[in-house]
Order: sequence, then structure tokens, then C-alpha cells
Amino acid sequence: MIQITVIVNGITHTLQVEPRLLLSDFLRQDLGLTGTHVGCEHGVCGSCTILFDGDAVRACLMFAVQANGHEITTVESLTTDMERLHPIQRAFRETHALQCGFCTSGILMTLIPFLEKNPDPTEADIRQALTGNLCRCTGYQHIVAAVQRAAQLQQKP
Amino acid sequence: MATRYFGQRIQRNEDPRLLTGQALFVDDVMLPRLAHIAFVRSPHAHALIHRIDTKSALKREGVIAIFTAEDLGDYWQPAPIVVPPPPIQDMTFNKRTQPPLAKGKARFVGEPIAVIVAESRYIAEDAIRDMQIEYELLSPVLDIEHALDANQPLIHDDLPDNLGAHVVQRKGDYDRAAQSADLIIKRRFDYDRGTAAAIENRGIVASWDTRDQRLTIWDTTQAPVPIRNGLAKLLGLGENQVRVIAPFIGGGFGPKVMMFYQEELIVPWVAMHLGRPVKWIEDRAENFVGTSHERGQVHESEIALTADGKIIGVKDTFIHDCGAYIPYGLTLPLNTQCTLLGCYDVQHYTTEFEAVFTNKTLVAPYRGAGRQHGVFVMERLLDIAAKELGIDRAEIRRRNLIPPDAFPYHNEIIYQDFAPLVYDSGNYEPSLDKALEMIDYQDFIENIQPQLKAEGRYVGIGIATYVEGTGIGPYEGARVQVMGNGKVSVVTGIGTQGQGHFTSFAQIVADQLGVEVCDVSITTGDTNLFYWGAGTFASRGAVVAGNAINEAAKDVRQKILKLAAEKLHVTEDELELTQGVVHLKHNPNIFIALGDLATQANPLRGAVKPGTEPGLEATNYFGPERGATANGVHAAIVEVDPDTFDVHILRYVVVHDCGNVINPLILDGQIHGGTAQGIGNAFYEKLVYDDQGHLLSISLLDYLLPNAMNIPHIEIGHEVTPSPLNPLGIKGAGEAGAIPVGPVFAQAVEDALSEFGVEIREIPLSPSRLWELVQQAQGKV
Repeated sequence: MIQITVIVNGITHTLQVEPRLLLSDFLRQDLGLTGTHVGCEHGVCGSCTILFDGDAVRACLMFAVQANGHEITTVESLTTDMERLHPIQRAFRETHALQCGFCTSGILMTLIPFLEKNPDPTEADIRQALTGNLCRCTGYQHIVAAVQRAAQLQQKP
Repeated sequence: MATRYFGQRIQRNEDPRLLTGQALFVDDVMLPRLAHIAFVRSPHAHALIHRIDTKSALKREGVIAIFTAEDLGDYWQPAPIVVPPPPIQDMTFNKRTQPPLAKGKARFVGEPIAVIVAESRYIAEDAIRDMQIEYELLSPVLDIEHALDANQPLIHDDLPDNLGAHVVQRKGDYDRAAQSADLIIKRRFDYDRGTAAAIENRGIVASWDTRDQRLTIWDTTQAPVPIRNGLAKLLGLGENQVRVIAPFIGGGFGPKVMMFYQEELIVPWVAMHLGRPVKWIEDRAENFVGTSHERGQVHESEIALTADGKIIGVKDTFIHDCGAYIPYGLTLPLNTQCTLLGCYDVQHYTTEFEAVFTNKTLVAPYRGAGRQHGVFVMERLLDIAAKELGIDRAEIRRRNLIPPDAFPYHNEIIYQDFAPLVYDSGNYEPSLDKALEMIDYQDFIENIQPQLKAEGRYVGIGIATYVEGTGIGPYEGARVQVMGNGKVSVVTGIGTQGQGHFTSFAQIVADQLGVEVCDVSITTGDTNLFYWGAGTFASRGAVVAGNAINEAAKDVRQKILKLAAEKLHVTEDELELTQGVVHLKHNPNIFIALGDLATQANPLRGAVKPGTEPGLEATNYFGPERGATANGVHAAIVEVDPDTFDVHILRYVVVHDCGNVINPLILDGQIHGGTAQGIGNAFYEKLVYDDQGHLLSISLLDYLLPNAMNIPHIEIGHEVTPSPLNPLGIKGAGEAGAIPVGPVFAQAVEDALSEFGVEIREIPLSPSRLWELVQQAQGKV
């Protein structure tokens, strides 16, 4: 067991973990942050996407020990108040950009840094940005609309 | 009613929980003392199992227990059959269902052989490598066209051959009618499908409470009530001792229906046996081999026509792949038979299939459920006929559409609901016209395509029609209750996997009771809250459960009016329900809030009249006499890159008629998603096996799900032909988008590549396969 210290959603956690423990399992099982979902465990589906020092990464492709001393942000950071959704969450709801909702957490976390860097993206930019996240329900069309709507909402807070 | 929510594009009630990561999925269930399960699966497609040695695995620290078939005692028996065979004359059906763990013989790669229980999933998976299993390899049966050959090994040793079922169905007399034909076309078609690949894999958590003697199971199932009933019986418990919860499910698409998967049989047994809660979560590699596929059929088909393109009859013979077991009966090949004729008036039809066992993962419904295969055959036959007869592809379809005054239209053959197939209602020509108009069909063919082809571009157009049998029985039910806080609770027995039930059902109730949609709380998939039902499959949730909810809500409305009339000393017709209150029509200031009325409906002292039921609550059921038939038209314009043979979809149009629409926003989403799965099936996804029956495409790197760059913007048009079979006039829509994509894609690509003379008679395609077909057409191979 190895001791690690990780800042997750602004809270510092110090825990003993096995070196082989996946970061996705650490977040879900050790910290109880089950909003991060696991769909493939080989880095393709993107459901487990989180922010690692601000960058969108796959939590299933990292070990928890690699997060030692780093800052992690999960979907739970956006808001847990269902009455006051984050603009990206609001946009997803308005445009029906989720169906089963399993892949959604990862998509939201992919979009947070994307929209920061691209506040006014084209449809082609959006589709390119979404290629790292698989959604089996929506056919992506409403997700593209949601990103356009989120860009609008974030420009006019 | 002041506002009607039915028909409005309302945002979903379920979204805030999902968007904030607070929705409960099965893998999110954490319990004290939870142990974890990994399955030891067969690495061989067909092998005798001579010996299983668990000793060294049991020595591993953290391993709690290991069970094989021998340890299950009387519990070891083949799974219950989910769908029994239909009453078709002279049919053969050899019921063979999967056992909880393979005993003596493994019949496909991935079949569970042993179950390891450990303190963590990591340790349980470590112990898989400690297991020593002695196999004797048998040659596998893999090719469906040779599965019945005399020299093939037997998958089920007690059968004379590998035949699962044989069915012949007839409408009219094809052989006689075809004698008068001006043109007969005969072709072979290969239609292969893949796997649903929901982003959430399957999972089960089971907990046995020894003091309470009750079992609780969280299961990624589309049909919790049948699972509860089946497991109670198998485990020797009363249904009241078993609670199955299907919480939020991360996509279903068919394979999560009530399959009695091996893991569904084993995990609850282990929980009871050990007296400890256990969890099994499928990983992606397991999903590829352990969760049902749909896979392929090979058709030998023939169509007889007059010179002016009228269909005289169709004859179709096909082989259907069952996989190693056949738990879901004949739903898939029956759907193929019953969907093949589609929107067309065909008086003579002979259809025959042999369903054969193979040493592959079991085959069961995946969105469309066999309908794709039939639609592909019919639409391609019409394309070939149009070319032979010199008739436009849209025109040959128009000439054969069932006219609007011919409904109910009888196709006579037996459908998956075991009754003769009858289309309840339809008006097909407006859907065709709208699709042609939306995609600018004439302009494309006459002007745009010649111009682009002259520029050296390979562009083509495709158009296909289809019907979808939806909303079959037997029944669903619901309980609607006004609560003391004025909000409304609705419970029903079906499961939810993203279809928006928490919203569309709430819209129905909101209209009946005059409350806001957000004040109606829907619970699906908890057998302790609603006891009865069949499940979510066959595009039936909205039709069957939706109408049951409507009936129960109507009953509650009557109770509200009756009690409020008593309390306000008026007659019921002087009352109106709006904004959560019941008030006098002529004076809205005199009202009772529904929550207060609900409290008054449950008195704590005094006497009530005989027969009085407490509360503002009602339970009701709905069972349609038969399914409602939806229809639609898809059209696409594609461009093929002549160097890479990559296909770019330039436009995609869907015109869809599913009767009255509860929530068009949700319906659009269903169509987008179905169409995307159809595009995946047509061009990206393929299950590839080696010659020993190992699945090679066993990761999402090898089995390509379409991403956001692969799916085009989809343009949707609606027609509305209500169903006469249910009070809401609705038809199902869940599977529609996925059904006709294959023939549209094949037709458009063939059109784009017309100068090469390619005739496409198979799905899936891929760039390399298209290149091969062009090479063949040019005589280069």
C-alpha cells in the first residue's frame, strides 16, 4: 500500500492505496464519487473522463498513485444542486442531449476545458471535440446542439 | 384542461439527477461487507470440460469462495425459456437454454464455467489465472450455412443435428401466382448485425437478508418483474421475498431484457449461499462475448412482378443464427418474416427459415430485432426490380404501397405476439412524398447528381420504407397516487434505459390531473413498488405502460372530482382541475388543493361509507388486442471517396409516423439514436470471428461504434396516423430509426458507384469491403 494525497473537487484526501488501483476505481470506490462512470476500462468510450490539473483525461487509464500531488475535478464539482445547474448542464437538459445519461458525465468533463478554450466553436469543432466520447443513445445531434447552447449561455451569463 | 402537455417538447424530469452524477446505476450500489465476483469463462468455442481444479485459486489471499456447476446441486438446470414458440403449424422448435454454469461442455467462448468470490474484483480476477481447467477441444460449428451438414459436430448431443427451429409461413399461393409474372428476380442476401454495446455494461448486486428472509437484487435489466418471478421460483422463494430493482440503466437496446443470463442466475444464488452481499459488474471484454448479439442471416429470396412494377408475390428462405442456446424463442426470425413485406400490398408470400445452433454467443433482440434483415431483403429486391424494369426507385415503391383505405391490413402470418399479423392503421404515401420532398429527390437525380458526377464525384441517393410492429401486449399496469404534498406519484413495472419515461408518462398524468409535469414523479423498475408487468422491449413502453398510466390517472381524476364535489357541495361537472387544485369552474377562488384533498381522503377518525377506498389513488392496467404498426421512410445522399472508399453521408432524412406523439423532443432523440445505430451496423460495426470461434473484435478499438464525426445531421419529418388500438392513439418509436438504414445505405452507395456496376447484397459494408466489391464487379478478382 502506498500513501497518496490528492485534491479532488477542492478537498484534500490522504489515503493508502494499492499501486495497481485504477484512478477510476479510486474515485468511485474509495471516495464514493460515483458520478464518474466506467464503460470500457481501455480508454475508448470516454465515460470516465475527469479533469487532471485542468485537462480532460481518462480516469480508467491512470493509476490512483499517479494522481499523488495532483488536482482532480469530477462531474460532482459542477454542482450537486439540481435546482441550480451549471450552464453546460442546463444546455444539455434544454436540448435533450442525454438519454440514458451514462456517458454524460464524461462528456460534460470533456466540454468544460473545450469551451474554455473555444468559447464560440463551429459545429465541426464540436464534433471533433466529441470524438473521444462515445454515446450510444443520442446519435450526437442533440449533444452538438447542447454545446452550441452552452457556448451561448456562457457568453451571456 | 387549461394546458395540454401531451404533444409538447418538454425537457426531462430525470435529467438533473443524471447531469449531476447523482443518478443511481447498478455499479453505484455499495453495501457493507460487499464481496465481488469474477467469472471464469470458456476460452474455447466448443470443448469438453474434464476437470476443474480450484485448489490453488482458493489459496489466494482474499478469495472467499469458488463455485462450479457441481456445487450448485439441484439449482443447476437450464434457464427458463423467456419466449415460448408460437403456435405455427408443423413447426420444429428445439428448446435449449443456457445453464447457470457450463457442466461437462462449453458451447461458446465466454460461457461461464466457474464463479470466484473475493474481497475485491482485483483479487477475484487474479484468481482466474490460478484456476486449472482441463479441456478437450471439439471442432466448432461456426458457419450457419453448414451447421446442418451431416459431418458437423453436435452442439447439443441429445439432438440429431444443430437445428434450433424450422418454420414455414404462407399468405396466398406464391408458386401459382408467380406463374403469371412478367419478371422474377432471385438473389442471395447476407445481413449481419453486431452487438448493442450499451455504454454501461451489465451488472448485478444481490443481498440476502437472513433475518428478514428477503433477497434484494439490483439488476441492469429492462424487465425486472419477469426476472423477479423467475428467480423466486428457481430459488424456492415466494415472489414477496424477492425484490428486483432496475435503477437507472445505461442503455438497454434489447440485450438487457429478461434473458436469465447465467450471471443473473448465479449472483443471487451466491448471495444467499454465502449470506453476504455480492456484486458482479461486467467488463467490456465480457460484454462482447457474454451479452447477447444479434448477428446474421443468409437469405435466398425471390420476387415476382408485373411489367409495370406491381408486386405479385415474394418467396424468401433464410438461415438464422441462434448461437449456442435459444432462450428468446423465435422472436428474431419471426420479426424478419413479419417485417419483410413492409409498407407494400403483397398478396402472395411464402417465407421459410431454419434457425441453427452455432458455437457462438447467444442471439437475442437488439434494437430492430430481426426486422432489419427482412427490410433489407425487400428493399433491395425492389431496387433491383426497378433497374430491370426501367422504373424509378421511388416510383416502384409508390405503386406498391398499401392504400390508406385498406386498413386494418391483414398479412395473415403469425407475428411475435403469436397472433396473425394485422397492421392497425397507416397512410404511407404522404410519408414517401414528404421524404422525397425533404431530400429534393427529383432535383438531385435530374440536376445535382449529373453535375457532381461530371465533376468526378461519386454521389448517390437511397430511399427505403419500412414498417415497425410496436406496442405488443400482453399488458402493463400502473398505480397513480396524489400525495399529501400535492405531488403525484406514479409507479409502473417496466424498466427505463433512457427513453424519457419520467417525463413522457408525467405529461400524460399532468393532463389528466391538472398538475405540472415536474410535479409528477415516476418510478419504474422496482418490483416492490409495482408488482405486475412484462417489461421494456418491442417499442412497447409508451404504448402499453403509457396507456395503463392514462387509465389509472383517469380513475384518480374521478376520485378527485367525486370527493371534491362532496366537500364543496357541488356536482362533479361544476369542477375543474388546474395547477394542482380542484376548483369551481365559475369561481376559481373556491378550491381545494389536491394535497389537502388527498389528506382528507385518508381520515384518521370517524366512519366512512361502505366501499370507500382511502386516498386519491388508483391502479389500472392496459393490454392492447394486438400491436400498433408504425411506419417511415429514410433517404440519404452519400459520397464515396474513390481512393479510400470511405463513405460520407451528405444528407440524411427521416420521415416517421408513430401516431400521436407524447413528446416530440424525446421522439427526435429516439430517431437520432436509432439511426446512428443503423449507420454503425451498415458501415462501422462488425463481429469478427476466427476459424476456431474466437471473437477477434473484442474491444471498442476493434469493434467501431460511430463517433460524433461519423453520424450526420439527421433531418426529421413527421406524419401522424393514430392507432385505433389504444385510447392515446400512440404507436411505439424506439426501434424505428435503426431499421431501414442498411438498405438506404446500400442503395445510395450502389448509386454512387453505378459506373462500376456493383450490386450490393450485404451488410455491413466497410471501405475495404466496398473496394473488394468494386474489384469483383470489374472482374479483377
